[in-house]
Amino acid sequence: MTSRKPFLLLVGLLFIVGISSIYHRHTKMGVPLTPGEQIDIWQIEAEIEFTATGNPVTAKLTLPKDNRFTLVDEFTASPGYGMHISREEKAPSVTWSKREAEGKQRLYYQASVKRAIDPAPQPAPTGSKDVEVLTEPLQSSLNDLFKKIFSRSGDNASLVMQARQALNSDDQDVAILKSSHSKSSIFTKLMLMAEIPTQMVRGLVLEDGRRKQSLIPLVQIYFDEQWHLLDIESDVFDDELPVLVWQQGAPSLLDVVGGRNSKVQFSISKTTTSAVIEANNAATKGDFFDFGLYQLPLAEQNLFKGILLLPIGALVVVFLRVIIGLKCSGTFMPILIATSFIQTELLNGVIGFLLIVSAGLLIRSYLSHLNLLLVSRISAVVIVVIGIITVFTVFAFRMGLTEALTITFFPMIIMAWTIERMSILWEEEGGKEVLIQGSGSMIVAVVAYLLMDNYLIRHWAFNFLGVHAIVMALILMMGQYTGYRLLELRRFRPMAEDTP
Amino acid sequence: MRSSMFNFANPFKLRDRGVMGMNRRNFSYISRYNDRALYPNVDDKLKTKHLALEHGIAVPDLLGVIRQQHEVNHVFDILDKHNGFCIKPAKGSGGKGILVILKTDENGYMKASGDYVTRDEVIRHVSNILAGLFSLGGAADVAVIEALIEFDPVFKGLSHEGVPDIRLIVFQGYPMMAMLRLATHASDGKANLHQGAVGVGINVATGKAKRAVQYDKPILTHPDTQMTFADIQIHNWDSLLHLAAGCFEMSGLGYLGADIVLDKQKGPMVLELNARPGLAIQIANGMGMLPRLRQLETLDHKRRKSIAERVDYAKSHFND
Repeated sequence: MTSRKPFLLLVGLLFIVGISSIYHRHTKMGVPLTPGEQIDIWQIEAEIEFTATGNPVTAKLTLPKDNRFTLVDEFTASPGYGMHISREEKAPSVTWSKREAEGKQRLYYQASVKRAIDPAPQPAPTGSKDVEVLTEPLQSSLNDLFKKIFSRSGDNASLVMQARQALNSDDQDVAILKSSHSKSSIFTKLMLMAEIPTQMVRGLVLEDGRRKQSLIPLVQIYFDEQWHLLDIESDVFDDELPVLVWQQGAPSLLDVVGGRNSKVQFSISKTTTSAVIEANNAATKGDFFDFGLYQLPLAEQNLFKGILLLPIGALVVVFLRVIIGLKCSGTFMPILIATSFIQTELLNGVIGFLLIVSAGLLIRSYLSHLNLLLVSRISAVVIVVIGIITVFTVFAFRMGLTEALTITFFPMIIMAWTIERMSILWEEEGGKEVLIQGSGSMIVAVVAYLLMDNYLIRHWAFNFLGVHAIVMALILMMGQYTGYRLLELRRFRPMAEDTP
Repeated sequence: MRSSMFNFANPFKLRDRGVMGMNRRNFSYISRYNDRALYPNVDDKLKTKHLALEHGIAVPDLLGVIRQQHEVNHVFDILDKHNGFCIKPAKGSGGKGILVILKTDENGYMKASGDYVTRDEVIRHVSNILAGLFSLGGAADVAVIEALIEFDPVFKGLSHEGVPDIRLIVFQGYPMMAMLRLATHASDGKANLHQGAVGVGINVATGKAKRAVQYDKPILTHPDTQMTFADIQIHNWDSLLHLAAGCFEMSGLGYLGADIVLDKQKGPMVLELNARPGLAIQIANGMGMLPRLRQLETLDHKRRKSIAERVDYAKSHFND
């Protein structure tokens, strides 16, 4: 006996390849596990306005930096300006420049972003920042305030809550501090005193159809092992709406040299698109893991959607024959019948199949009297099948049964061969065997159809090619199954009874 | 309880009884012990005949071969010389495409069932064979015309409308399990169990009947003739065992089914060899064949045992 090791290795490898490819496609590329999943894409337009003074102009806009979002697409509109996008780690930016400009200038930057599929968790900041000491009496008020909220809190989360409550109360210390500092700034200082990493950022609320928006001040704070984004200032923003963090730390949002009265305004619009399409669009932008199926013309893609269902059908056939022990005529005939069921829908398909086969058998029994050679008899049956299909189609159309028109989807040659084999079987072993094998093929075809037509399986078969590696592994494993078939348990039943 | 409710046997019980299932047969025996390249030795009946002659294995006489469509009419030249005959596809399987004619008279050709077929039907049958209708995969085939077996009168009343044959499973050259197959009216003169023939389990050591089944169910008497099976004793059993064991050398197949008939004049003859013998023989014998197969697998096969040695082993070990 040859060693089973290479075989088990192959099966194991197929499983690993299959599962890891599915995992990669799902988590890294964002292909959804269910079809029809939608994702939101936000289109953000920054409009920069300033009055140029006639000198060389440089305008530098800081670009959003938020790892919870992925940039899908971006472009700029800026007539006559030279443009450069810098992807610097700390502060990405776009810079426009022009030798000479005068009067009102408008520059546009547009970006499409979507939620990141698998955002790398931002690590906890290391080292604590030095807290800047305020002038008296502000510093004393701050210290008092800190003592108050600290004594009332149990942990970091409740400290944050206490601080927010205090900032909205009419506490004296708060009133003093508020006279010269913003709420966010006081909050940040309080948190830093508690050695909770905190920073002020500015973000854009992503809400569909908003125009002339500006960035709102927010506080990013790290507790419970993750970053939280808080709106301390107004306490009004809707938690439901996503916020894109635009500006972190020091650099200003917009620097204009050679212009004055500069301002930035944002417009936001949202579009939804199919998650699969979006994932594949992203994939074709150079991810080497792309299998290239999505770059094919649409017609070929649709063809592949059909072809990639065949392994599922094969799996069903192997299972029903090896594990269950169903008898059917031919291995692939049921799969091909199942593929035509997909076109015809089940009920139409079954009725059509029975009609064609029984009408074919009748005519074939006449042909058998003619003493034809096999090849010409098969060819004659092919023509007869075409005739039957034509007659049924025309008849059904006249009767107004448009569903019956799908009968044309049956593969002619397969039907002819089926009829021929069934008819021989009838002559040789009688009608009963025809019934057994015929209904066996039918059951296999119907089960294969039910699986192949399942929307989830169709989605998986085309979008996760790893599924086929798993199917292959399962088929190989069943090829080595040496146990009893289910129907053999019935067949050998006398063997398990009383007799010694 | 549950398994009997759904008419299923308990698989563990079957395993305890050593019943071999189709999957195990295909995987552990056929694919392991039967070299694919040797299949034509048994799948092509012409080749089988030539091999049999070389190895001194008795087979029915070859009356003629029809190879081409235009030769089809010559079939009657051959048939006219013989009263009864049998036309089969050289590469047929599972008993498909075999036409047995008992005698020729003014009504035409009489089949085993008593029905008559016309000359046209004979021609159609031969041309179907040539076109490959019965061969595996539909490959072009030739029609083999064989002398009819005059079956031993000991089976009179036991086989209805057909030739009884004895199926032996020969593993590594050791005859291991045997069954007598008796045609019934339901099986249309054919000896295939799934078509309704009766299978009678035979003691390998003695050639005596053990029990009988039809359609996988135990029966006591022949459904058409009501004869009881209990007293069956196949004579010439020893030479039959030798003949079956010799099929191992002849075909080279480690796991094979030999179909042997008893001719009135010529004694046991190999009718057909099968590289994929069915499993109904276990039901006919009321025992699984795995214990015997495993027992034979443990033997030392490095030194070729003679046919006589193997038959002796089988007779002393497989007596029940």
